[in-house]
Amino acid sequence: MKYALGPLLYYWPKEKTEQFYSAACESSADIIYLGETVCTKRRELKVANWIDLAKQLSKTGKQIVISTLALLEAPSELNELRQYVENGDFVIEANDLAAVNLAYENNLPFVAGPALNCYNAYTLKLLHKQGMIRWCMPVELSRDWLNNVVNQLDTLGLKQRFEIEVFGYGYLPLAYSARCFTARSENRPKDQCGLCCINYPQGREVFSQEQQKVFVLNGIQTQSGYCYNLGNNLVEMKALVDIVRISPTSLETLNIIDQFRQNEEGKQPLDIESNRDCNGYWNGIAGLALQS
Amino acid sequence: MELLCPAGSLPALKTAIDNGADAVYIGLKDDTNARHFAGLNFTDKKLDEASTYVHQHGKKLHIAINTFAHPDKFNRWQHAVDMAAQIGADALILADLAMLDYAAEKYPHIERHVSVQASATNLEAIKFYQRNFDVHRVVLPRVLSMHQVKQLSRVTPVPLEVFAFGSLCIMAEGRCYLSSYLTGESPNTVGACSPAKFVRWQQTEKGLESRLNNVLIDCHKQGENAGYPTLCKGRYFVNNTLYHPIEEPTSLNTIELLPELFAANIASVKIEGRQRSPAYVAQVTQVWRQAIDRYLANPNQFNAEKKWMETLGSVSEGTQTTLGAYHRKWQ
Repeated sequence: MKYALGPLLYYWPKEKTEQFYSAACESSADIIYLGETVCTKRRELKVANWIDLAKQLSKTGKQIVISTLALLEAPSELNELRQYVENGDFVIEANDLAAVNLAYENNLPFVAGPALNCYNAYTLKLLHKQGMIRWCMPVELSRDWLNNVVNQLDTLGLKQRFEIEVFGYGYLPLAYSARCFTARSENRPKDQCGLCCINYPQGREVFSQEQQKVFVLNGIQTQSGYCYNLGNNLVEMKALVDIVRISPTSLETLNIIDQFRQNEEGKQPLDIESNRDCNGYWNGIAGLALQS
Repeated sequence: MELLCPAGSLPALKTAIDNGADAVYIGLKDDTNARHFAGLNFTDKKLDEASTYVHQHGKKLHIAINTFAHPDKFNRWQHAVDMAAQIGADALILADLAMLDYAAEKYPHIERHVSVQASATNLEAIKFYQRNFDVHRVVLPRVLSMHQVKQLSRVTPVPLEVFAFGSLCIMAEGRCYLSSYLTGESPNTVGACSPAKFVRWQQTEKGLESRLNNVLIDCHKQGENAGYPTLCKGRYFVNNTLYHPIEEPTSLNTIELLPELFAANIASVKIEGRQRSPAYVAQVTQVWRQAIDRYLANPNQFNAEKKWMETLGSVSEGTQTTLGAYHRKWQ
């Protein structure tokens, strides 16, 4: 099994981000995704900074992928996307079909990110033809669903023609909106957000009126309230999954990669109960559920 | 500009046509469309009747097959496309790339509309759909501001359709898993958001509680308007403040934007609400028909009439309306 460090979903100061990625170099991750996937107003690192960072990190021998925005609306956002594609040195993770279109036009291989709607093998066949080399499954899909897709890929003669990645740890990106919920939580309109996301390095928690942690607000993105953790499902992933994605929330996340590695045979189970993590999606039930 | 109205049943469809819809959109009675609710939608026989009624009146029938095909039940989605083609649909509203591909290959003569569930929000995404499936129309998600709609309309190679009125989806449609996070079922996988079978109401000392799969969505004090517990419209705590952190229960109403939508050359305005009653369809269709005709008769003098706004307000969620994302300040 290979492990990928997913793109940082939160807005951190430049220095902290750079520190995080120097530590990531020392981690046991095989693949590092980096880049802004949530909001273009987050400019602590600009396009050129991300590309420089990618160049630096690629010297470690790890595979570097530049992740791109999930919700593209303004022409300026498309221009930034174009810069990543035209740079051409790095595979990109497409989280919108705009990125697929540009990658195809530029003959650049791409990863189909979890925000692309790929629910069956026919869709994957189409994307594969456009240059997809890896598919990260939508977070709401289960082991059984994946199994069915793999069977379908087999009948299409496409099995093992591209890699399969599963989001295995972190707060799940569940939705994208025009509205910025972090700005709203500070009673600011989006156009005067004051880049307030930077004050919430792990997003803002949303609780039900019974104090159940239901969601995390991260700018225009809504995340799961509980941390997704498939650390105890690695044995059943063996025949299905090539890469497990670990989505960073802090420096400590880097240790999770080692914990996953140590439990690949199921011999050193992770404690998923104390923090009330969740793993429902993989088990084909409500995402927030926890099955031990 | 086409007025495109919803119908979840044959009576609603007839009502839409009788009240001035240029086209009606419907879905089959299964999970191949994003309004897969009990007691709603069309079986084989009703489909034929729907098609006959619409076409006898010289109007158009759009069929939504806009969920994502399950890998182990792929034939059902193909069959839905086949059935829509057989009964003479004028347009197929599709979200899954696999279904767009299938329809383009097998029924090139039937218009393919990119469903709102496909989440095409920018020029490059539209170009992707055009290049691969030669699509005839793109339905824009309710995330763009009016300024962005105008910008896009100046450069798009494919005509645009926008949501004009109805329940407001706050997220980029087709990219929201909040419902499956709480219930295991989402619009993409089963064709329903916050499905009714997970809803529980309970009167307690604190008030009327609404739950979705046992998660408390809201608690309404006496006298408060208790709406359907769509999970994004619940009241939750952020930093000890109780409010609607995502969205209030409210409906989209863009009637004031009609002149701008005309100026942006929008091909069609869509009314949301296949799950609503024929009475809703009648009222909303009438108002929008009048508004479009009024505009066409005298574009420079267009004003949203007070009584239109009252009628639309009265059939809205939470009896309030908003311009939604079209109005930048809302974002």
